[in-house]
Amino acid sequence: MAILVLAEHNNKELKPATLNAVGAASKMGGDIHVIVLGHGCADVAQAAAKISGVAKVFKADSPALAHGLAENTAPVIAGIAKNYTHIIGASTTTSKNILPRVAALMDVQQISDIIAVHDADTFDRPIYAGNAIATIKSSDSLKIITARGTAFDAAPASGGSAGIEDLAGASDAGLSAFVSAEVSKSDRPELTTAKIVVSGGRGVGSGENFKIIEALADKLGAAIGASRAAVDAGYVPNDYQVGQTGKNVAPQLYIAVGISGAIQHLAGMKDSKVIVAINKDPDAPIFAVADYGLVGDLFSIVPELTEKL
Amino acid sequence: MKIFVPIKRAIDYSVKIRVKADGTGVDQANVKMSMNPFDEIAVEEAVRLKEAGKASEILVASIGPAKAQDVIRTAMAVGADRGILVQTDAPTDIGGVEPLAVAKILKAIIDAEKPELVIMGKQSIDDDSNQTGQMLAALLGWGQATFASKVELDGSAVKVTREVDGGLETLSLKLPAIVTTDLRLNEPRYAALPNIMKAKQKPMDTKTPEDYGVSITPRLSVVKVSEPPKRTGGGKVASVDELIDKLKNEAKVI
Ligand SMILES: Cc1cc2nc3c(=O)[nH]c(=O)nc-3n(C[C@H](O)[C@H](O)[C@H](O)COP(=O)(O)OP(=O)(O)OC[C@H]3O[C@@H](n4cnc5c(N)ncnc54)[C@H](O)[C@@H]3O)c2cc1C
Ligand SMILES: Nc1ncnc2c1ncn2[C@@H]1O[C@H](COP(=O)(O)O)[C@@H](O)[C@H]1O
Repeated sequence: MAILVLAEHNNKELKPATLNAVGAASKMGGDIHVIVLGHGCADVAQAAAKISGVAKVFKADSPALAHGLAENTAPVIAGIAKNYTHIIGASTTTSKNILPRVAALMDVQQISDIIAVHDADTFDRPIYAGNAIATIKSSDSLKIITARGTAFDAAPASGGSAGIEDLAGASDAGLSAFVSAEVSKSDRPELTTAKIVVSGGRGVGSGENFKIIEALADKLGAAIGASRAAVDAGYVPNDYQVGQTGKNVAPQLYIAVGISGAIQHLAGMKDSKVIVAINKDPDAPIFAVADYGLVGDLFSIVPELTEKL
Repeated sequence: MKIFVPIKRAIDYSVKIRVKADGTGVDQANVKMSMNPFDEIAVEEAVRLKEAGKASEILVASIGPAKAQDVIRTAMAVGADRGILVQTDAPTDIGGVEPLAVAKILKAIIDAEKPELVIMGKQSIDDDSNQTGQMLAALLGWGQATFASKVELDGSAVKVTREVDGGLETLSLKLPAIVTTDLRLNEPRYAALPNIMKAKQKPMDTKTPEDYGVSITPRLSVVKVSEPPKRTGGGKVASVDELIDKLKNEAKVI
């Protein structure tokens, strides 16, 4: 048995999500290989080779792979897929984009967003925004899987010394082209791996008002998240969205400010260790999942909290 | 240009679902069913392209029970021209028709209908798979732009802005191509009553998966469906001081 893990990176750095995917892979049993698809991605391959538990790294380096276009990356993965029992990626927009394409090329029914591994064929995955957990068993000889980062411990980033092998044969399928990217820049911790997350909802009222959320987050060294309503209203960028169709977070502390607690939002944060809710409506559903609920006006509570911390 | 929009019928997003007591699935009886919200966004986008004179015909299709014709009629009421119901009694959430089988049926429809653009949802809110569009693109050998928040169609290409984990990314795809919708692509309109009446006259074919030669035998068997662990919430504090004290001394998270 051998397992192939898709590396998540930006051609320069290996993203921590890769470590969680390796963590998930280590539950299945078998040699773990990592595939790095990119351009000028030698440093990423080096970093992948150091991950504890990784036996081998494949590096496919080509201009056609520079932007992770699924049309160009999927055939490279499919090209070596027959050597594996499992192909795993983290549940990120990268893997979600590429792996189903690989699965269809291999005639495999992908298993999305697993949260537990029972054995090499049997997994738990949330359905209906996490309101039900399905335990499913795959009959495909190759399993293609995305794994929820918050559900699996990260493999140690060091301790390994895997060999790196170059993989040739990448080409431009000529179907798609990268035009541009608007990468959000922030000095705050990354949302999905932060120890503390402060999220704002529609109750915050405006992008300008989000300053009070930022001040609290900075005091706590926290990442900032948001509900869909806050993103839709343009208070914050799209990549802040926590929930069923946004990001999943499970920090030590999640502070929900002016968020009602719709099931789609809860889906993304209810595995947090401690949940604080600040809301003026005592009947808001968010209080049902909060360990510490504080009923009141966020515009007085949040600044007071920031000041007293 | 013809646009094809696959639409799924699923339990409405506002319903609090119940896991069946025997652990075989989620109770579908007597609950409100609707068009998957991402598919409403896909239909809306197609209608806007048609209104802008960039598309000539909108075809929709749904794979599901006889009742799935309701979502086809709903799509017609906001502007879809024609529909195909691919009827099956197999479940469409889990343990039945899976994304790979759906993609194969959709491919067969596309081979026959030859649309130049397919717009579909990024994710069904019941199975939460987020796979079908990418699989369909692979089976067709077409380009894919998933998680779209902006679609600009011009001549032989489509430029799509995508919502990705790090921000936004813009791609250009050669047509024909697959686009999957994210929440912020548009705000779907409501159907006006006269249009709901008119929709009843629009043409709808009924087919079966067998008509397309596709096996829908699931690859994933359902061992069980269970309730998620319950969170014991509901705790309250009376003041900011009490909150800080609890976070420091009880929860020990700051
Ligand atoms: C297909 C689909 C996918 C979705 N995916 C997601 C998702 O991934 N993530 C997500 O978050 N949502 C998602 N949603 C949306 C979700 O259903 C809710 O609409 C959304 O979460 C509501 O955001 P909110 O809590 O900020 O806004 P609201 O529900 O409007 O709540 C605002 C809250 O702020 C409180 N408030 C107002 N003023 C103050 C004040 N001064 N002080 C204190 N409290 C105040 C109010 O009491 C209220 O509880 C999705 C919906 C659909 C249909
Ligand atoms: N049974 C179905 N009938 C029609 N379209 C479907 C069906 N299942 C999935 N789709 C389409 O595929 C998208 C993604 O679904 P999924 O891969 O199940 O998350 C949906 O938003 C629909 O556009």
